[in-house]
Amino acid sequence: MIGYILSRLIRAVATLLITVTLVFLFIRFSGDPAAALVPPDAPQEVIDQYARAMGLDQPIWVQYTGYVGGLLQGDFGFSIHTGLAVEEVFLARLPHTLELGLTALAMAIAIGIPVGAIAAIRRGSALDRFVMAFSVFAFAMPNFLFGLLMILIAALVFGTFLGGDSASVLWPALTLGLAAMGSFARFTRSSVLETINAPYMRAAEARGVPFRLRLIRHAAPNAAIPLVTLIGLSLGALVAGSVVTEQVFAWPGVGQLLVRSVATRDLAQVQFLVLVVAFTMVLANLLVDFLYLLIDPRIRAS
Amino acid sequence: MAENLSGAPAPLLSIRGLTVGLPADGDRPEAVSEVSFDIAPGETVCLVGESGSGKSVIGQAILGMLPHALPVLSGEVHLDDAPLPPQRDPAYGAIRSAQVAMIFQDAAASLNPVRTIGAQLAEVLEVHGVPKRDRKARVLDVLRAVALPEPERIAKSYPHQLSGGQAQRAVIAGALLLEPKLLIADEPTTALDVTTQAEILALIARLKAEHGLSVLFVTHDFGVVAEIADRVVVMEKGVQVETGRAAAVLHAPQHPYTKKLIAAVTPAPRERETGGTDTILEATDIDLTYRGGLFGGRKALHAVKGASLRIEAGRTVAVVGESGSGKSSLARCLLRLEEIDSGSIRFKGEEISKLTGKPLQHLRKSLQVVLQDPYSALDPRQTIRAAIAEGPIIHGTPKVEAHAQAAELLELVGLPAQAGGRYPQEFSGGQRQRICIARALALKPDLLIADEAVSALDVSIQAQILDLFADMQKRFGFAILFITHDLAVARAIADDILVMRRGEIVERGPAAQVFASPAHPYTADLLAAAPGLDMFAKGDAA
Amino acid sequence: MTDVTAARARPAIPLSVKLAMGFVALFVLFALFGHALTPHGFRDTSLFDRLKPPGTEGYPLGTDARGRDLLARLVTGAQITLVVAIVGTLIGAILGSLLGILAAARRGKTEAVIVAAIDVQASLPIIIVALFMLAMFDNSFTLFLLLVGLNGWEVYARLMRGATLQAKESGYVTAIRALGASPARIYLRHVLPNILNIALVQFTVNLPLTILLETALSFLGLGVQPPLTSLGQIMSEGRDRLMTAWWLTLLPGAIIFCLALSVSMIGDWLRDRLDPTLRSER
Repeated sequence: MIGYILSRLIRAVATLLITVTLVFLFIRFSGDPAAALVPPDAPQEVIDQYARAMGLDQPIWVQYTGYVGGLLQGDFGFSIHTGLAVEEVFLARLPHTLELGLTALAMAIAIGIPVGAIAAIRRGSALDRFVMAFSVFAFAMPNFLFGLLMILIAALVFGTFLGGDSASVLWPALTLGLAAMGSFARFTRSSVLETINAPYMRAAEARGVPFRLRLIRHAAPNAAIPLVTLIGLSLGALVAGSVVTEQVFAWPGVGQLLVRSVATRDLAQVQFLVLVVAFTMVLANLLVDFLYLLIDPRIRAS
Repeated sequence: MAENLSGAPAPLLSIRGLTVGLPADGDRPEAVSEVSFDIAPGETVCLVGESGSGKSVIGQAILGMLPHALPVLSGEVHLDDAPLPPQRDPAYGAIRSAQVAMIFQDAAASLNPVRTIGAQLAEVLEVHGVPKRDRKARVLDVLRAVALPEPERIAKSYPHQLSGGQAQRAVIAGALLLEPKLLIADEPTTALDVTTQAEILALIARLKAEHGLSVLFVTHDFGVVAEIADRVVVMEKGVQVETGRAAAVLHAPQHPYTKKLIAAVTPAPRERETGGTDTILEATDIDLTYRGGLFGGRKALHAVKGASLRIEAGRTVAVVGESGSGKSSLARCLLRLEEIDSGSIRFKGEEISKLTGKPLQHLRKSLQVVLQDPYSALDPRQTIRAAIAEGPIIHGTPKVEAHAQAAELLELVGLPAQAGGRYPQEFSGGQRQRICIARALALKPDLLIADEAVSALDVSIQAQILDLFADMQKRFGFAILFITHDLAVARAIADDILVMRRGEIVERGPAAQVFASPAHPYTADLLAAAPGLDMFAKGDAA
Repeated sequence: MTDVTAARARPAIPLSVKLAMGFVALFVLFALFGHALTPHGFRDTSLFDRLKPPGTEGYPLGTDARGRDLLARLVTGAQITLVVAIVGTLIGAILGSLLGILAAARRGKTEAVIVAAIDVQASLPIIIVALFMLAMFDNSFTLFLLLVGLNGWEVYARLMRGATLQAKESGYVTAIRALGASPARIYLRHVLPNILNIALVQFTVNLPLTILLETALSFLGLGVQPPLTSLGQIMSEGRDRLMTAWWLTLLPGAIIFCLALSVSMIGDWLRDRLDPTLRSER
């Protein structure tokens, strides 16, 4: 068990370190980093001054250790767009993105998982076919189109304009959570189907355990194990989806900030956001790995 | 068809004319047809048949667990003179575990991996209305009754923390909790090593004696039948072909199918001219260690420890051992599929343990292998003609010639030459093993290593494949190293026996001598544990 | 058992999959020959014909804010989307599969490096990587194609590594190695054909995802740049006029949705047919 925890931690740290290194290398070798980090109309002496301040005249490994040291001390740079520290700009927008993302995740879990489980138990029923069709629909539906449809329907049917931070979070959250909802439903269905037919379910039946109890005590905990992984993995899709969804609904979150920073080439802001995403994802995967320890005794024992 | 036992006590279970249907796309219309037999109180009935004989369907029918796809078409089952409810009826809740309990082949898989043994056993008591305060004590009692060490610890353990034998004991404990009258055991020892199997069989026999339990024991193995059965029902393709007292069926089987099954577990050592004395392969002090994972994962495993052996031209050497004894690792070393840590392997006088590249590929021509699982041993995307011809083509035979030769080999191993264009999936396990033998023989090897080459097959097919090995050896004169866990197989085919345990060779000698007077206590244990071996000891004496 | 295969009829293609195949065929024809349907070029502007609704004479699907024919723009958009989707998916499939097979074949340090790369990619959604690169480098069609091509390479790599490891341990590879076959023969003739199905199934999963990635990036204005156009980019240009000129967003949107839906339905069907776990005859 300690070996398991240790190996996951080492992997997480290594993944982060590689990501940081790649970001550093790309910024250093994509052109003049000083020029890239200051406004495009800055005069040459400002760029040179910036380059000296950044230590660009130093050997590459000195620059690298300086860069990593800076990150560790919380020195992430300044946004050329606002002149503020990049983390301040980020933190100001984070609550909006959290509200949107967590609502979407909650909707996906609260609807997708029960619906998938019922579809598996009623395999072959009309509901099962509907759930399967829905999951294909949700997979293929681009979220920008679905978001625009939501806006159109809200305007034409309810006469309300969706957009900005004053609007309800439910519409963008539904847009963002739709794909995850479909994949949760589909995955839960196959996971439950697999456990329903497992030998220990037959054995429990032979021991006289009633159907309902077999489902709750034997099928559910086993079906839940792969679902934990799926929810962890869906975080990446949610992060990616929030970039588009926030744009469609003019939601003032981190995704919108990222698109704007890319469009204005605010490189310090972009690199910070990329590192934040990597950090969040690695942390989430680590959490999933540790959750396994709680729910799967086989890993606990190893 | 049921045996009439006038004067015998009223049967506990009585099956009359049970017929169960199969789905329309099955290979026959009925899973079982017109099956009738009784089980008396305290009696052990063995239901014997090979895979697909329908023997497991009967156990499921008694517990009301047949799926919709297998409907009961006719017949009735009475328990204690009362008819059982229709299949899947909720009334079975009061019968399962309480009156009839069932255990399965793979004990570990029949336990929920994420719940403790104690919780799963207590659940049986819970659903049958035993008050909570009594449950723990009863679980510990029953774990003690099946002779599990440290019942407290076992109750807190998860299934994966138990060995195969312990898991089967825990499952049997669960079956005994409510003191049922009938225990249905569906191949409960098939997945276990012989010594563990002997322990489980002894446990079931003891419980039967102590509790007056009736047992319906489903098995394919007449060795097991000889150990425990009072009466025997033999099934072939859903039809009950023979029924009778165990002693009668074992010693005077009436139906040809029964005779075939019995012959398969009691093969007589063959008459054979022993091969030459030229040494083909000689291994000295070989060691093999599998390295562990980088981060704590697997531990390093010393699989083969200082093994030495010699194989002479044209002779058959059997390596016998239980799972984990290192016998398959030894085979992989000799085949140069694993790199040995130390020692030497000389093949026809040449040191081969360091060969690499082209010389190694060239060596492989003379050293062939037949693997255990005929289902995975053939490339599913290659016709069997191409599979058999591949060896010769690799070693330079023109394609046309190699294909012609493959057709001849197919005939030789008992398959029609025109089947060569088909894919492996279209053949049965036994047929596939014939194809694998043909593929190995296509290179005319001097030594054929067979790694558990018959253990995945039904017993009657095993005998045919063993015959094929012997015939081919007579014809081509190669030596065989036969790896097996099954003493009956070893006895049937081997001139010499090596016994392995925990990576070491603990006994070696001519087959007759090892069987008659084993020198190492472990060999003696193995012989004692092997079900039915004493049966043919009696047969030999007669 | 011998007759199992002979008796096994090929299951009929379900109607939904036939419709999906029909739509994909129609889409490809539209992309290839659609320009014959309209006299206008996709960049021809006409100040007098701005924002005409569908059904206007000469403009069956209407025009955009600069008076460009939507039909002509959709045909070009379909072409670009098709090229990006297929080339992009192929890049990821080939790159990922090769790395996965290499990792399993070589083990040791090679494998450690590739697995670390998979971990890094798995912790960064491809759209984030793409945005980072687009912020640093000048947006060009080649760069965009490469970025879209990276989509999902790590999934191929992981799957193919697992499949190759499994094949390496399988009985048939052991037996064929024992016949004296060279590693090249084993990998090319036996391992590769047996694991190709897995990559093929993943290809059909990835293709709609690539379509959605391309259209999403173009929709954000960070993908295909004018004067070129793609279905996502047409939507992006039209989204400010959602209420007044719905056709500019909903028509390309509907095409994207139907295309992704059709491809993934065909993919699901193909997976059911090819899935090795369903195929085993044991």
